[in-house]
Amino acid sequence: MRLVVCLKQVPDASEVKIDPIKGTMVRAGVPSIANPYDMHALEEALRLKDKYGARVSILTMGPPQATDVIKRAVSLGADDGVLLSDRAFAGSDTLATSYILAQAIRKMGEEEPVDVVLCGKMAIDGDTAQVGPGIGSRLDCAVTTYVVGVRSLDKDKKTLVVERRLERGVEVVEADMPVLLTVNKEANEIRYAALPALIESIKYEVPVWTAGDVQLDLAQCGLKGSPTQVKKIFPPPQKDIETVMVTDTISDPAQIAKLLVDKIEEAGMLA
Amino acid sequence: MAAIEKYDLIVVGAGPAGSAAALVAARAGLKVIIFERGEFPGSKNMFGGVLFGHEINELIPNYWETAPVERALIEERYFLVSGNSATTIAMRTKDFAEPPYNGFSVLRARFDKWFADQAVEAGALLVCETLVESLIMDHGKCVGVKTGRADGDVYADCVIVAEGANSLLTRDAGIHAEWKTNEVGVGVKELIKMPKDVLENRFNLTGQEGVSMRILGLTKGMTGGVFLYTNKETVSLGFVAMIEDLAARGFKPNDLMEEIKSNPMIAPFIEGGSTVEYTAHMVPEQGYKSVPRLVHDGLLIAGDAAMISNLLTGEGANLAVTTGRLAGEAVVAAKAAGDYSALGLYSYQNALDASYVMKDLKQFKGFAGYLHGNPDLMDLYPQLANEFLKGLLTADGTPRGAKAKALLAEVKKKKSLFGIAKDLWRGWRVIK
Ligand SMILES: Cc1cc2nc3c(=O)[nH]c(=O)nc-3n(C[C@H](O)[C@H](O)[C@H](O)COP(=O)(O)OP(=O)(O)OC[C@H]3O[C@@H](n4cnc5c(N)ncnc54)[C@H](O)[C@@H]3O)c2cc1C
Repeated sequence: MRLVVCLKQVPDASEVKIDPIKGTMVRAGVPSIANPYDMHALEEALRLKDKYGARVSILTMGPPQATDVIKRAVSLGADDGVLLSDRAFAGSDTLATSYILAQAIRKMGEEEPVDVVLCGKMAIDGDTAQVGPGIGSRLDCAVTTYVVGVRSLDKDKKTLVVERRLERGVEVVEADMPVLLTVNKEANEIRYAALPALIESIKYEVPVWTAGDVQLDLAQCGLKGSPTQVKKIFPPPQKDIETVMVTDTISDPAQIAKLLVDKIEEAGMLA
Repeated sequence: MAAIEKYDLIVVGAGPAGSAAALVAARAGLKVIIFERGEFPGSKNMFGGVLFGHEINELIPNYWETAPVERALIEERYFLVSGNSATTIAMRTKDFAEPPYNGFSVLRARFDKWFADQAVEAGALLVCETLVESLIMDHGKCVGVKTGRADGDVYADCVIVAEGANSLLTRDAGIHAEWKTNEVGVGVKELIKMPKDVLENRFNLTGQEGVSMRILGLTKGMTGGVFLYTNKETVSLGFVAMIEDLAARGFKPNDLMEEIKSNPMIAPFIEGGSTVEYTAHMVPEQGYKSVPRLVHDGLLIAGDAAMISNLLTGEGANLAVTTGRLAGEAVVAAKAAGDYSALGLYSYQNALDASYVMKDLKQFKGFAGYLHGNPDLMDLYPQLANEFLKGLLTADGTPRGAKAKALLAEVKKKKSLFGIAKDLWRGWRVIK
């Protein structure tokens, strides 16, 4: 069985600031990390590997230093990885990115067929949640989003059962493989690398694919292939929040609730 | 996963001592692995500080061309503070602004990473985010280390411990007792950011020049002192104090730091700046008297872990580089001779004894005790100097001769001239 995890290197969101005048993200000096959602996707893949046996391969698109996140994945138990790095990919929006990644996964599949592609729910530097499903539809495979766990997997029947977190509950879905999953953070807790794998990962030389290594229509890559244009980035305006202190001596929960509802209605916050 | 292969040398800690040791051993072709508990080398480290460059330049000629240095220090100011007054003694020389420079202010998070990278380029394997929990001993011989990771035991012919001042590994191995509270101090530092031109005007600097200041009179008699270093766009301000003194006086380091920052003589140096980092770290205080046995079967100790630092001159990191280097060279020699016993590694001790490191340490061995026994030095003396000089400089119609007499009488009330002479004499004796 072959699993591919799409792992993105992102700026550490907790340290990114917005330039209030220019309205651009100040990325200088901000450390890079692996997108947290993708790490949970990786952990889910590693659990499948532990349970059912599989080869876990990492796919990353980014600048040359993005090999760091692939090495990190290898330290946790991934078997190998590929970095897609080319100037032709710069400026890709979700449409172009999902195209490039899908083509790369096709190429990975030539060597050994891919059964499951795992992505994080979204990347924390864009929050679009579009790339995962975009890859799935291009690969023309089943897509299940917001996965919080894989319940079971049948290697012979080539199916798996996942739990999806929806607004009103958990949905249990069976899907045919190949399938693409996008994974939520609640899915699992990320493991701590054992030393032998960590040492291997430091020595691991990550293969790098450029545009020429993958079958690509360059018109669909990079800025050229990206209809999305970011006009402006701004932090959501701080709303002036009025605090109302409710003082009363009642202790019955039902009455407290009623009082609160009254106050909220009074404030015109209920439509 | 295959078992981890055996190494020639394991280095614990990627501070200046560990990276220097790994660098020389890797250059000589040894198989070297370095363990660092931080996310990257330097991520957990801090110092004043100045890196005196002589030692590093021997290992990496013209290091300043590639190392992330801040400012070439061309001036050392002694600043004696009391109340609203300060007396300054300063030495500035343009010669220190020229290669090979005397020393640079550096920020450890950047410098240590660069230095460790030099060892990696020479062939050492650097493993970060991995804590060495204990040394693996076999019949009194060190044969490897146990790390905090699963399947985390690693074996080697020799281990160099360069874990810094906290030295838990060597303590747990029974090489020394827990450091006493008068053997170690705590250092606290704030990194204060300000625009480059403001900083340069404030300290009268151009280009890459920088100053360092040693400030006396603000530690309330505690053995230690306040320091200030200029970096490119930040000022490092902090203090070091003996743990025993802090505990005895019940001071919280933060409170003392706040007091220092708001002192009328200090505040103008940092005015308008914003604190971007606050760190604390241990520092060896006693020098020679605390140094444990450094050579054991399969094991050497280097840097702060060996308690090698010099309170008087403010040196530590450069001594760590030298001790690390000498330890690394001893391992290279031991490998050539095929003897990693204490005897086979003893060239480390011989080299240390022959170098300035041990000579200085021996020379200044009474210094910390002298300071500790004379709280007046940290407190009263700056006050006396300021009062005497201020009085002398005040033009108030009193004849200067009569004035000097009166001022001296004031001084005598606080400290007898005999007492002063005794302190000076004893001070001279301990460093002579
Ligand atoms: C406030 C202050 C100001 C100073 N100012 C100066 C100055 O201006 N100039 C100067 O030359 N010196 C100065 N020093 C002293 C200087 O910082 C030290 O002498 C120097 O850092 C010693 O280097 P080292 O490599 O021995 O130890 P460290 O720099 O402490 O490095 C030890 C390394 O080992 C790692 N480590 C520790 N334990 C483990 C473990 N169990 N497993 C894995 N890794 C581990 C640590 O994370 C660290 O990276 C100052 C010190 C302080 C506290």
